[in-house]
Amino acid sequence: METARIAFRNLYRQKRRTGLTVSIIAFGVVAVILFTALAGSFKNMMISQITDSMLGHLQIHRSGYVESLDTMPLNLVIEEKHIDQLKKVLGEIREIEGYTLRILLATLLSNYADTTNIKLSAIDPASEQLVTPLLPGRITEGKFLEKGQILLPNLVARGLELGIASEAVVIATNVDGSVNGTSLVVSGIVETTVGPSGKYGYIHIDDARELLRMESLQVSEVAIRLKDAETLTPVMKKLQTALEGIKDDKGKPVFEVHPWKALSPFNNIANMIDLMTIFIQVILVTIVLISIMNVMLMAVYERTKEIGTIAAIGTMPSSIMSLFIFEGLFLGIAGVAVGNITGLVLVYAVKAAEMTISFGQSDNILLAPQISLSTMLATTFIVILVTLLGAVEPAYKASQLDPVEALRN
Amino acid sequence: MEPLVVAKNLVKIYQAGEIEVRALRGVSFEINPGQFVSFTGPSGSGKTTLLNLIGSLDVQTSGELVVAGQHVNQLNIRQRANFRGHNIGIIFQDFNLIPVLTVRENVEYPLLMVKPTPAAERSKIVTKLLEQVGIAEQADKFPNQISGGQKQRVAIARALSTAPKLVLADEPTANLDKATSTRIIDLMKELKNQLGTSFIFSTHDPRVVSHADIIYVLEDGQLQTPTAENTMGHGGKN
Ligand SMILES: Nc1ncnc2c1ncn2[C@@H]1O[C@H](COP(=O)(O)OP(=O)(O)OP(=O)(O)O)[C@@H](O)[C@H]1O
Ligand SMILES: [Mg+2]
Repeated sequence: METARIAFRNLYRQKRRTGLTVSIIAFGVVAVILFTALAGSFKNMMISQITDSMLGHLQIHRSGYVESLDTMPLNLVIEEKHIDQLKKVLGEIREIEGYTLRILLATLLSNYADTTNIKLSAIDPASEQLVTPLLPGRITEGKFLEKGQILLPNLVARGLELGIASEAVVIATNVDGSVNGTSLVVSGIVETTVGPSGKYGYIHIDDARELLRMESLQVSEVAIRLKDAETLTPVMKKLQTALEGIKDDKGKPVFEVHPWKALSPFNNIANMIDLMTIFIQVILVTIVLISIMNVMLMAVYERTKEIGTIAAIGTMPSSIMSLFIFEGLFLGIAGVAVGNITGLVLVYAVKAAEMTISFGQSDNILLAPQISLSTMLATTFIVILVTLLGAVEPAYKASQLDPVEALRN
Repeated sequence: MEPLVVAKNLVKIYQAGEIEVRALRGVSFEINPGQFVSFTGPSGSGKTTLLNLIGSLDVQTSGELVVAGQHVNQLNIRQRANFRGHNIGIIFQDFNLIPVLTVRENVEYPLLMVKPTPAAERSKIVTKLLEQVGIAEQADKFPNQISGGQKQRVAIARALSTAPKLVLADEPTANLDKATSTRIIDLMKELKNQLGTSFIFSTHDPRVVSHADIIYVLEDGQLQTPTAENTMGHGGKN
């Protein structure tokens, strides 16, 4: 332990060099913390854009529906009796904030002159806003939906020259093959966004039932919002267990449960951000490693005479080695401490500055960087380990110096 | 009495690339405990080489060398470090104090890293040595705050801190002025008398040489036959 004390004293008395090295390590740590916090914030923000404006966190469909989502089959729906069973299950899971029922339908839309294809999501406006609170924010013109009204995606509205309060006709084929139409008033224009349901229009679920001549309630999709997105995996497991017992007449399970990730290509981007974060961390750790090795080698070189002296007066090579390893270790600890504190301060500063960015068509998205304790602990551990690694080679070199050679300097 | 250093036909050849440098060509002598010995001779005569061998910092090419009863060339690197730490004190030409340590810490250093000693005893040894070399008042200064003569006093105290049997000093006064040189040599001699530690030093300086009990003259890697004046005049009887 004397060696540790002497190592500490050496560092303490060499304020300049120690300061410099500690700054290099701290810089690396700060960079990791800031990058991780910002990338994480960007990712979370992106995820919540998707979950909160379209998908919800989890979705439940009739088994096999997601596979044929493109055709929006009306024969693969959840029947009323199953809806009741489902509601009971959902009501018992506390982590669920709310859910909403949707009918998805492929229709023709006409302004009496031109006609185009459009996919519609028939919703219950109240529960829909609970599950996708950002949906109203996507309305660029007009208002949210009421019965007898339609929300049009802006591309379709422009294409058919349908403005607010103008009348549009929706024509759909029901499950029996009979065609029916209804006229609705445009209540608002919703911006299109990237993603599977980003080009949907919205109508009221009651209008859809009339249009499709549904006697009983049948839904294509149940979207669920969680109180905390972090609980997605456990809640999904719970749901799957609770629902797997519900079978149809043929003895096959009625429901399938999907997380938002399985429904959105954005999942790949989120994974890419994760990958990039790791990549950056690796680069920064490498920089720290190289800097430490460099600084320590310089220290050994500069202190050749000192090393020669202590070796000549009988200090064991192993003691010389541990002296330098301790110096490296303490530099690492100090660097990480300074880096963690600075990084945290910066993260909070960015948060306090309330910086906003644009993503997709939404601007003014608040940047909310945050760093988890586990990330900080992992960084701390890795950087200290890396500093130690960086110190080993120079320390070994120091311990192997021939005193006669070293003293000739 | 068992001699402290026995050298028999000591040869050291350096290999400088293609060229062989015969730094010592068969040197034989004996040094007894408590002697104050000087090796002198012109530059390149092999003084440093010889002191390095005695100090087990290097090993001979051939011949026999026994220091404190130990054939030092039979020790490995670690054992030699340990041997030096426990038997030999070293004083350097340019003092070689550790710049970031105070005077007191420099003297204390071997008692921490080389020959670990309990704090109370350590402090006692250091305080006493600082007084003996007359540097107690500078104890908390750093090396760059004291003079050359004072630095060499600190170095002497450091060399003595582990209570070695033998102190080696290669040109300890080469970086000091005449008056200071004399005082440093006198101090070493006084400490030898007080502690019974043997001192072996090398020097160019005839005035410094004259303080030694025994003077060996090296020339071209060989010892000159001791002259009557050398042995008779100062004798090794102190
Ligand atoms: N590492 C080495 N490699 C090759 N030759 C060496 C080495 N060390 C010393 N020599 C040579 O050995 C001879 C003796 O050198 P040494 O340093 O022992 O002399 P010295 O008496 O101490 O001289 P000085 O008074 O200049 O210090 C010299 O010729 C020197 O050049
Ligand atoms: Mg020399």
